[in-house]
Amino acid sequence: MAPRWSKSLLVAAFSIVSTFFFNTSRAQGKIDPSSIILDHIADGHEFHFFTFHGKVASIPLPVVLYSPQRGWSVFMASHWEHGAVTYAGYRLLTEEFITANHLDEKVYKNGKVVAVNTDGTIDPSSKVYDFSISRNVVQMLITVILLIWVMGSVAKKYKAGTGVKTAPTGVQGVVEPIVVFLRDEVGKVNLGDRYEKYMPFLLTVFFFILINALIGLIPGTANVVGNIAFTGALGILAFLVIMFSTGKHYWLHILNPPVPLGVKPIMIPVEILGIFTKPFALIIRLFANMISGHIIILSFIILIFVFGAMNTALGWGTSPFFILLAVFIYLIELLVAFIQAYIFANLTAVFVGLAFEGGHEDGHGHAQEAVVI
Amino acid sequence: MTLMTILLDVAQPGYGAIGAGLAAIGAGIGIGLVGKGAVEGIARQPEAANDIRANMILAAALVEGVALLAAVAGLLAVFSKGS
Repeated sequence: MAPRWSKSLLVAAFSIVSTFFFNTSRAQGKIDPSSIILDHIADGHEFHFFTFHGKVASIPLPVVLYSPQRGWSVFMASHWEHGAVTYAGYRLLTEEFITANHLDEKVYKNGKVVAVNTDGTIDPSSKVYDFSISRNVVQMLITVILLIWVMGSVAKKYKAGTGVKTAPTGVQGVVEPIVVFLRDEVGKVNLGDRYEKYMPFLLTVFFFILINALIGLIPGTANVVGNIAFTGALGILAFLVIMFSTGKHYWLHILNPPVPLGVKPIMIPVEILGIFTKPFALIIRLFANMISGHIIILSFIILIFVFGAMNTALGWGTSPFFILLAVFIYLIELLVAFIQAYIFANLTAVFVGLAFEGGHEDGHGHAQEAVVI
Repeated sequence: MTLMTILLDVAQPGYGAIGAGLAAIGAGIGIGLVGKGAVEGIARQPEAANDIRANMILAAALVEGVALLAAVAGLLAVFSKGS
């Protein structure tokens, strides 16, 4: 059996190694936190683990580009050598390239792909559409494969009979409480007896957000849920689901709210805006929660290097303190991942429930029955 | 130096940071009130703890969503290459 202190040794080794997972130019001695943070939370064409004395440890990913003028280009991101060279007429923009060629920073952002002429200058006439298999895509695909595999095998087990009349076994023990919780507390409570049609969407949204958020907490993985495109797509899907569940009653209440005549001109635009602000709030809430968690953890670790640049002993001395803080925030982020996935699913269910009946159960419009004793 | 000159000297990212801090105050007060109501409710009727907890989490997430809207605006200001 392994010695008692082997777990503590693993924790210590992980803490020290995790501080290597950051791209700091040790040659300069001047750390630029905001660009390091942006590099980590943005999408990229490779999985970048660390840069040690100029050697980069990363996994390059396929680049798929389409330009109406030049057609399709598919190649591995390693050909770009992290933005140092031009390949196949395209270049990955880096900070150095932008400042060296005095490009307009608003248009040519760090990390974008631009088309270049043979002499190396930017070709402004070629528009580039980037369809690459980037970090986020790979991580989402991993989540999709994981979910299909786990849920598929659990469903097969239920079909075979285990866990239906007998106690659930294996992974069923993890999946069943969560699914039952979502069905009872989110589906049935908000959607009444029409919950079954919406359970696939709610469960998928919940598990997709949860697993992507949990994988994103591992150092070196991509920041998927803290990406406005990801949450935006989920919010748009939720918006479509809500719109497809509306009834006549709902639109009557939006366009003719049951308020006094004087208030109606104010309420109608507010109600119409409300149709859009609810999914928008879903998008922003999920995005901001996840990205703020990532930024806080990154900031604490970068602070170690900022202190280290001032004075090496200070850097080493404060590092245990900051690592402990980062671990504390990690635990909070675990909780936040679960809570945000639950909130997204719950609020979508609440809004769908509101769309069913227009949100008023005070019996107006329905005949009041006389009490007969 | 007048207050105006000092305020105008702060760069764009600085204001973003101040704004995000103010949003944090709002979030703290809002979620604190939600937590206060929930804990008092549970103290009065411990059997309802589960129902109260579910509603507390829901209300806290809604309040936090609004505060994070402001935090995102602050973030945009901090990361913009403003003068």
